[in-house]
Amino acid sequence: MPNLYGLYILFAREVWRFLKVFIQTILTPVITVLLYLLIFSSVISSSREMLPGVNYLTFLIPGLMVMAMLQNSFANSSSSLFQSRLNGNVIFMLLAPISDFELYLAFVGAAVVRGVLVGLGVWLASCFFAMVPLRHPLYALLLVFFCCGSLGSLGLVAAIIADKWDHISAFQNFVIVPFSFLSGVFFSISDLPEFWQQASHYNPFFYLVDGFRYTCLGVSEIPVFTSLWVGAGFFVLSSTWALWLLHRGYNLRS
Amino acid sequence: MDAVSIDDLSKEYGLLKALSEVRLTIAEGSFFALLGPNGAGKSTLINILAGLTRATSGRAAILGCDVRRQWRKARRQLGVVPQELAYDPFFTVREMLTLQSGYFGLGKENRPWLNELIVALDLEDKIDTTMNHLSGGMKRRVLIAQALVHRPPVVILDEPTAGVDVALRAQLWSFIRGLNAKGHTIILTTHYLEEAESMCEKIAILDRGRLVALAPKDELLSRYSWRQLRLQLVPESPVVLPDVLEAKRQAAPQGELLLRLHREHDHIGEVLAALEQAGVKFSDLWIHEPGLTEVYTELTAVENHA
Ligand SMILES: Nc1ncnc2c1ncn2[C@@H]1O[C@H](COP(=O)(O)OP(=O)(O)O)[C@@H](O)[C@H]1O
Ligand SMILES: [Mg+2]
Repeated sequence: MPNLYGLYILFAREVWRFLKVFIQTILTPVITVLLYLLIFSSVISSSREMLPGVNYLTFLIPGLMVMAMLQNSFANSSSSLFQSRLNGNVIFMLLAPISDFELYLAFVGAAVVRGVLVGLGVWLASCFFAMVPLRHPLYALLLVFFCCGSLGSLGLVAAIIADKWDHISAFQNFVIVPFSFLSGVFFSISDLPEFWQQASHYNPFFYLVDGFRYTCLGVSEIPVFTSLWVGAGFFVLSSTWALWLLHRGYNLRS
Repeated sequence: MDAVSIDDLSKEYGLLKALSEVRLTIAEGSFFALLGPNGAGKSTLINILAGLTRATSGRAAILGCDVRRQWRKARRQLGVVPQELAYDPFFTVREMLTLQSGYFGLGKENRPWLNELIVALDLEDKIDTTMNHLSGGMKRRVLIAQALVHRPPVVILDEPTAGVDVALRAQLWSFIRGLNAKGHTIILTTHYLEEAESMCEKIAILDRGRLVALAPKDELLSRYSWRQLRLQLVPESPVVLPDVLEAKRQAAPQGELLLRLHREHDHIGEVLAALEQAGVKFSDLWIHEPGLTEVYTELTAVENHA
């Protein structure tokens, strides 16, 4: 019989944890993105047309929202689980009658909540610059879920595999950040040289950014269904990886 | 039903055999000690019971529930106080207890019990403090409370008194004895042999992953067959002993005589008579019965030669 209440409490614990330090977990990331917005919008002429009928600022904002969601969902599950491992208090959840799947749901659920809160924060802040519409809310929800869910799962993977904080930050600085910078947040990939244009098609973040931009603006570089499928596939793969590690007990129940 | 049953349990870490085919059962309601030198495998055994480590082979069950196949039920019946003082720096004592109780599926209805634990473990002053502001002894008490949030019938304490001062140690023992009196099965590991000796009915000794002894305390104590007779000599007493006794003589301080006697073969009466005949005069006498220390040393030493 599943332990639904236990799952709920573990999820609540995860949300409670990041809310206790919300300056660091919500406010700071929103301000960081705000700085990007200030800098890029003043450097690049706003009148420049990125997509048909879309100026630079309106182009930039949905991408920044996705980038913030990606990075913060990852940060949430990875730092929470890894810190529990380091402190040794991870055993208290491992001793409890909570299954691997329940643990996965609780951590990824909380990562989604953090990602969404930061995303909303970015959107709120962006309202001072430009009002971005939301044309396809249902698709937007799906993409946000795939985006935060995938990165929440990858955060779990990183927290399980890592042996020290360096490993977590390496994953963050050498995988998450470059992939999100190269995902067409700040530019249209059609402005890139041929090679990087091709390479971008292997970057799942590109689909999440482009797809989300479509759900806001109604225009995109590739069809939204392709983005949705890639997002779903990315979510399934990263979840499977995390669940497999949990199932094996790798570094947790060695 | 047995509180714990362990069958042919082995655990390998690469080439290291942390546990080798351990087989033992612990009766419900008993007060059981698991002894052994550092690295003997005590924590490994406990972690397997708790589901924190997976055995390489063999089976273990808590109150009949297999720790792998019926893990949910097994974990509900078991409370574990870990050896390390691990804690969550984000939450206060009360929050931690509430969360832990929640992990076990228990909500508001469990609050009276949590309050009872807080009082019993003398934590009232500290409930709104985070763990990093507590002393080692206090942390230990919180860990004990945390292990008991779901009223587990079987409670395992891994070196609960390590680094705890004497006064608190006495307090903890009386609390644990109280739990046992209420029907909880208590299993503990400790380095303090006197503690195991005074509190536990049954004792297992692990050495380098092997179970070298498993017996009721009295039986284990009787296995060690030597005791010491110490005499305070009258100042001018002669100390020339017959050969039989001279062979049993051990080094002793000035003015004392120390004899190592076999529990069964050397009758105290005969020894004293022989001493009288030899003209030995003494003003006082003590008999030192063997304790767990001797048994333990002998058992783990024998293993070391093997
Ligand atoms: N995770 C691990 N990886 C490798 N070796 C381990 C691990 N945990 C324990 N050991 C080894 O297993 C043996 C038993 O350890 P442990 O159960 O902690 O002993 P005890 O609790 O009796 O002091 C030791 O030699 C220890 O070094
Ligand atoms: Mg130990």
